[in-house]
Amino acid sequence: MCLGIPGRILDTRDDRGLLMGSVDFSGVRREVCLAYVADQVTPGDYVVVHVGFAISRVDEIEARRTFEALQEMSQLEELDWMREVADQGLQGMPPQEAR
Amino acid sequence: MKYLDEYRDGAVARGIIARIKETATRPWTLMEVCGGQTHTIVRQGLDQLLEGAVEMIHGPGCPVCVTPLEQIDKALALAARPDVIFTSFGDMLRVPGSSCDLLQVRARGGTIRVVYSPLDALELAIKNPDRQVVFFAVGFETTAPANAMAVWRARQLNVPNFSILVSHVTVPPAMTAILDAPDNRVQGFLAAGHVCAVMGWKEYEPIAAKYRVPIIVTGFEPVDILEGMLMAVTQLEQGRHEVENQYVRSVQRDGTPPAQELVRTVFRLADRQWRGIGTIPGSGLTLREEYADFDAELRFGLGDIHAEEPAECRAGEVLRGMLKPSGCSAFGTRCTPEHPLGAPMVSSEGACAAYYNYARFRSPAGPTGVPS
Ligand code: SF4
Repeated sequence: MCLGIPGRILDTRDDRGLLMGSVDFSGVRREVCLAYVADQVTPGDYVVVHVGFAISRVDEIEARRTFEALQEMSQLEELDWMREVADQGLQGMPPQEAR
Repeated sequence: MKYLDEYRDGAVARGIIARIKETATRPWTLMEVCGGQTHTIVRQGLDQLLEGAVEMIHGPGCPVCVTPLEQIDKALALAARPDVIFTSFGDMLRVPGSSCDLLQVRARGGTIRVVYSPLDALELAIKNPDRQVVFFAVGFETTAPANAMAVWRARQLNVPNFSILVSHVTVPPAMTAILDAPDNRVQGFLAAGHVCAVMGWKEYEPIAAKYRVPIIVTGFEPVDILEGMLMAVTQLEQGRHEVENQYVRSVQRDGTPPAQELVRTVFRLADRQWRGIGTIPGSGLTLREEYADFDAELRFGLGDIHAEEPAECRAGEVLRGMLKPSGCSAFGTRCTPEHPLGAPMVSSEGACAAYYNYARFRSPAGPTGVPS
């Protein structure tokens, strides 16, 4: 959770006052909060994302390099959490779990 | 990829190693406070390649590892409650509490969901108004802005069934605590690049000046770390002690001000316990009074839970550089990544786990060799 993962902003939208956007992390897509970099980014830009929040803007070369370094270090487990969350969806809890 | 080659080129790394060795007229002791850096150093054997010039001490840079036993026990108690959906980052599930871990609580029927972002946990609370949703808010300065936003948003959207169990730590007070120890050996620091991307490096300037230690803001890749070491050694040889930035491609002096602002709005500084180290004054964050109704400890009355760390674990000495992980009598026998006794064995970013995972598989090919 300490090392941010770089990704590319695909689109942005305003969610009740909070700037959100979909970000592509080498094929895994996910909603990310862009509020902290709101005045620096537009779709197409690369950002470093920590647990769902863009913290800084980086250029494309740096983004690629960092992503591959993380891959090499097997430090991309957060992408698995993203997938797990996507699989479960965020709907209401199924009744058997709602003990 | 051209740029990858350029940066991780063995020739570049070897060139920097040679310069460090030329520059150092005596061995210098540096500390990194970033689990990602620890991982790279041990995996690539950078510490071994620099023997005689630089000794690296692995500081308390792994947020999973330094979360105190007591907070894990509180998490376990909350997760076992039938009215609670407990949410956490994935890497906390295997951290051992006094009796078990979150995975075992889940196997016994606790509702535990892995989330990627604290906003996912808030979303779950909105969709399950009849359940209490608690998020385990752990980490350094890199996760604090996310957790602050989740609380701020819960207030804005009026979500009464959301709360967080806070276990936030900050890096600079830990550095000062290490420097203040009478047996301190650290002569310079590599500061964590991604922490500084949020916070900038202004808070490190008084530390560098007061303790006369160079502090180099450093990335986590092999060449970054070697460059950071060279900058620190050069300062030490010249008798300078300043904050310098190796990680210019990602970090600016002011960091990300809007993130710092929201963290200050929602949290205040507090004393925090560090697993394996003990309580460090002003070393963490807790919710401000205005946001105290989102504090899971208050909401569920968890004040009575206290825990003792296993006496056999010598994490305190490992983290201060008094002891190498392999010097601990439990290392690799009674303490392994599968059954960790102490913090630094808990996650792959901890020093003991890094030694365990890589020490025996270190590549003879040098800094860019791929370990098997
Ligand atoms: S090897 Fe295990 S018991 Fe020994 S110091 Fe490291 S974490 Fe503690």
